[in-house]
Amino acid sequence: MSTAVTTGTAAPQRPPLVRRLLGARGVQRLWLAAAVLFVLLSLVRVVSGQDALTSSSVMTAALLLTSPLLFVALGGLFAERAGVVNIGLEGMMILGTWGAGYAGYQWGWAAAIVGGLVMGALGGLLHAVATVTFGVDHTISGVAINILAAGVVRFLSESLYTGRDDGAGITQSPSLSSKPPSFSLPVLSDGPDLLGKLEGHHWFLVSDLAGIVRGFTTDVGILTIVAVLLVPAVYLLLWRTAFGLRLRSCGENPAAADSLGVPVYRMKYIAVVLSGALAGLGGVVLVFVANIYREGQTNGRGYIGLAALIFGNWRPGGLTGGALLFGFADGLQLRSRSAVVALLLLVAVILVVVAIVQFVRRRVLQGALAAVFAVLSLVGYLTIDELPTGIVSFTPHLVTLLVLSLASQRLRPPKADGLVYRRGEH
Amino acid sequence: MTLVRRIGTVLLAPALALLIAVVISAVVMALLGVDPLQVLKVMVDLGDTPSQQITAVVAILNRSLPLFLAGLAVAIGFRMGLFNIGVEGQYRMATIMAATIGAAVTLPGPLHVLLIIVVAMAVGAIWAGIVAVLKVTRGVSEVISSIMLNTIALGLASYLLTGPFRGSPDGASIVSTAEIGESGRLGGLNGVFDLLGLANPPRQLYGFLPIAVLAGIVVWVLLQRTRFGFDLRATGLSPSAASASGVDARRMVVKAMLLSGAIAGLVGLPDLLGRTYEYNSDFTSGLGFLGIAVALLGRNNPGGIALAAVLYAFLDRASVPLQAASLPSSVVTIIQGTIVLAVVVANEIARRVSRRAAERSSRQSGGPVPEGFVTATAHSPAIASEGTS
Repeated sequence: MSTAVTTGTAAPQRPPLVRRLLGARGVQRLWLAAAVLFVLLSLVRVVSGQDALTSSSVMTAALLLTSPLLFVALGGLFAERAGVVNIGLEGMMILGTWGAGYAGYQWGWAAAIVGGLVMGALGGLLHAVATVTFGVDHTISGVAINILAAGVVRFLSESLYTGRDDGAGITQSPSLSSKPPSFSLPVLSDGPDLLGKLEGHHWFLVSDLAGIVRGFTTDVGILTIVAVLLVPAVYLLLWRTAFGLRLRSCGENPAAADSLGVPVYRMKYIAVVLSGALAGLGGVVLVFVANIYREGQTNGRGYIGLAALIFGNWRPGGLTGGALLFGFADGLQLRSRSAVVALLLLVAVILVVVAIVQFVRRRVLQGALAAVFAVLSLVGYLTIDELPTGIVSFTPHLVTLLVLSLASQRLRPPKADGLVYRRGEH
Repeated sequence: MTLVRRIGTVLLAPALALLIAVVISAVVMALLGVDPLQVLKVMVDLGDTPSQQITAVVAILNRSLPLFLAGLAVAIGFRMGLFNIGVEGQYRMATIMAATIGAAVTLPGPLHVLLIIVVAMAVGAIWAGIVAVLKVTRGVSEVISSIMLNTIALGLASYLLTGPFRGSPDGASIVSTAEIGESGRLGGLNGVFDLLGLANPPRQLYGFLPIAVLAGIVVWVLLQRTRFGFDLRATGLSPSAASASGVDARRMVVKAMLLSGAIAGLVGLPDLLGRTYEYNSDFTSGLGFLGIAVALLGRNNPGGIALAAVLYAFLDRASVPLQAASLPSSVVTIIQGTIVLAVVVANEIARRVSRRAAERSSRQSGGPVPEGFVTATAHSPAIASEGTS
């Protein structure tokens, strides 16, 4: 699995143009999977009559909720490719939201971005000092940073925001002093709004595509664009440059990297600080959405970003898929509770396919399990009208858990991920 | 090594960590214009009259019980290299189920309490069991799955509380389950203060204290004095060596997680049986994450965990008086978080120092360092580190 690269790289044998445009075989499979999923989604929409499933408003929300996860997951990618497990992403994200709120209310949105980056990077630096210099267990350091970050932002707010009359308090900052710009695609999604008209017809496939495209091109925030552009950029940086090779070698075999002259400690420091900065940027997106810093704004998104990274097999393309999946589930539960029930139908269809595949491969137990769950979701779809809020709120987490339990065995983390590296001890 | 020296080396790292944490927090406070000395004064001030002081002690002990149990649950996982970050979700699910079932039945006194405890442990174990099954059958990292299950548990609990398990009338400001009857409650232990000739405080010391102590002893015996405990610790120190000597690693993961979850199920009970008698939307939260810190500070040993729990409870108690003195109460959280980081760094430094000392002494005696010894110390993860015993 690798991400499509259409820019020319100096490969000795150049593949034909069509193949180069589509990318390697793994990427082709990814495109195919996306297409199948799209057709299924469209089918489920028509059958269930839940137009929200592919509506542009849900897609706009999905993209908005995907971008913080993308930042966090890309941050995690840097750290874990350099061999440092980063559970502390949540804490760095929390620091990022606070930094964005503090800088944003005084100097506007551009300063908010800087504030979030700096605060996140500080969290990353702390993680790097603990794990790289002191050789502390990565998970424990991460958990400590999460506890610490929650305390630090509360403390900062208590010291700086109390006793004021601009709406700020212990749990929130004043509003940002300027709004970040956002963009819509002219003609298609704006003005004449051709896609909007097409979407309104509710035609099979056509309107679904229009809804998705319109959702992805309406009121797109500046940081969302940055997040989307960062995915190929990070891929190129990590897989097509000497710097990237050195960084990844620290996560695969640090002793070998060291013997070849790679400054392992320095690379790990760079990776983890970058990781924190990106997580902080993820926090900035959340502050931009609310136009204010609020305590608890991240709501566990740091962990979800980490899950997206693992789901995506520690690759930029894969983690984008994970972030999109999660963002979609989140956007859907936010916009339409009844449409979440229609997801059960989608799950049922997918599980039937899984069951058939497992039976063909003569794995009776797995096949039977999938079939049972397929029937259960179908019954759920037919009997439930609307899920209560408590249950809908964890749809994305349940989806993540399901997907991980289906896909986990094929994953390959960086070989030295999470291992403490001490020079000369290996 | 003499006993004094042994205790000294064991306590040195945590004590050093505590000192570092206090110094760092003080520097942060000073930078933001808060007087650290004043904060410290408020924190150690338990009250003027003996009655106030005893009340403060009771508050600390009551708070330390759930922290101790949470630390114990996390430590069982740590001892075999498993990270049970899901204690939070496990005790939430366990408490709401135990509260509901406890309120639905009426049994003679001790049986009623026993039933509630058994239900809580079973639910905690089941919730942790999901993590274990996903890990051994599907290879899902326990860290990620238990984080997801934490959120799912919170959502599920809020659904159950507002839906089928709701016991409070509509329009009440706090939604709660039905109250547990008189026979299912644990009375306070304030008689102890009369026996000791101390002032009897208005606040009741939780009757769950002896049960928690018992749980601590049982876990200690199980880990240190049984075959199961030996296998568990062996798996934590070296999975490959353990499996080579015939330990079924997958079965050990399931057993350890079930035990850890069962203990985690108890976390909410001191409050449930001693004060609230119902699960409500305001029920104590965050104990699972604090449990991780307590387990680390206590070096995964029941005795150490008890000390760490009391320390954390002491810090927690300070947040109310701090607020009353219009000082930032979040200082407490910062100190708690810094302690965790400082303690793991201190452990790591202590490990390195002892390793260097071992190398030096072996060099002086002329013999080579035993190969196995050095590799074992170098590679054993810090979290599986042994305690005093």
